[in-house]
Amino acid sequence: MKFSYYPGCTLKTKGKDLDRYGRLCAEALGFTLQELPDWQCCGAVYPMAKDEIATKLSAVRALVSTRDAGEELVTLCSACHNVIKQVNNDMKTDADIALRVNNYLGLETPYHGETNVLHYLEVLRDRVGFDNIKAAVKNPLTGRKIAAYYGCLLLRPGKVMQFDDPENPTILEDFIRAIGAQPVAWGMRNECCGGYVAVEDKTQAQKRSGIVMEDAASNGADTVITACPLCLYNLQKNGGSTLPVVYFTELLAEALGVK
Amino acid sequence: MSHSNHATEQVLRSSGVDVRKCMRCGKCTATCPAFDEMEYHPHQFVYMVEKGEIEKLAASPSIYKCLSCFACVDRCPRGVEPAKLVEAVRLSVIRKQGQNHMSPDAIPALLDEDMPQQLFVTALRKYSK
Ligand code: SF4
Ligand code: SF4
Repeated sequence: MKFSYYPGCTLKTKGKDLDRYGRLCAEALGFTLQELPDWQCCGAVYPMAKDEIATKLSAVRALVSTRDAGEELVTLCSACHNVIKQVNNDMKTDADIALRVNNYLGLETPYHGETNVLHYLEVLRDRVGFDNIKAAVKNPLTGRKIAAYYGCLLLRPGKVMQFDDPENPTILEDFIRAIGAQPVAWGMRNECCGGYVAVEDKTQAQKRSGIVMEDAASNGADTVITACPLCLYNLQKNGGSTLPVVYFTELLAEALGVK
Repeated sequence: MSHSNHATEQVLRSSGVDVRKCMRCGKCTATCPAFDEMEYHPHQFVYMVEKGEIEKLAASPSIYKCLSCFACVDRCPRGVEPAKLVEAVRLSVIRKQGQNHMSPDAIPALLDEDMPQQLFVTALRKYSK
């Protein structure tokens, strides 16, 4: 199995572990992530306005390259995934945005949202299968209590992301079971950590991330996992807790014995 | 067309939101993680845009407090998507020359060594044009 892969700016810098372990595990599980040759930063937050065109172009360029390669596009960072998937939905469903973007890019074949966008976790669930992952585990994380932090961007808006049930997701808990650990039940797993305002308003970011970390700790977690470098930074730096926050790919690498 | 009407039309067009669908249940505001920090809450954005009170919203720090968490978008029973109004009002402000909420020059002083790139990319996208 080979996919086009969009790492995004943070996975080349502060979020290298998310990327590195993701690629190692992909090879161990029998799929290849072929990095797009010409990707540009997606902008890291979805431009919601209908008259924002320029800010949607980098996502469209990645989607078009993937279409032209005849592949599906895999993302790993939650924020990139959210931006690219929502822009893809605009190209599919909003004729005015699609027209203006296509006019701007002057593509030989106009783009209308044909590319299938998958998050790495969806590849694990839907293509590899959690049972096969379980069978490939060399070092099961027995006895570990892991809190799955979904945050916002993988899940919402639910009708666009179609990742899992946005109010009652199970994919990360199923992942945790597949690597031999025990998922913790907790309420804040799909509530916002306030990461986006960590530059503008540190107090708000501290308050939100504190609530999330406190909930994970009081429900007995020994580790919090995430797919988002911004959540990881904010929970760890501003959450006021000593509980470790790690990328889900790092735990997967540990369990598969490739770390 | 008065100035306020023009501004309202622009926000409605830019957001794509149909404010008349709102039934004033307040669910968006109840679920908003930025509730405490906002002077005007998501449901107030909806009815104030409906009443054409764009200037008040545009002058309020509330437009910089939205976390883009999409909770109000998903949890509104009527599909109103209030966050899109917050964003459209914010854009109507920062698109005007000299109205950037944060200039690129101000960012280096706010950084720490662990901050991921996506955080300042977003800050620029949300606060300046
Ligand atoms: S998207 Fe913004 S306005 Fe809506 S619930 Fe989240 S923080 Fe509040
Ligand atoms: S949740 Fe929807 S219907 Fe209810 S007040 Fe908010 S915008 Fe209006």
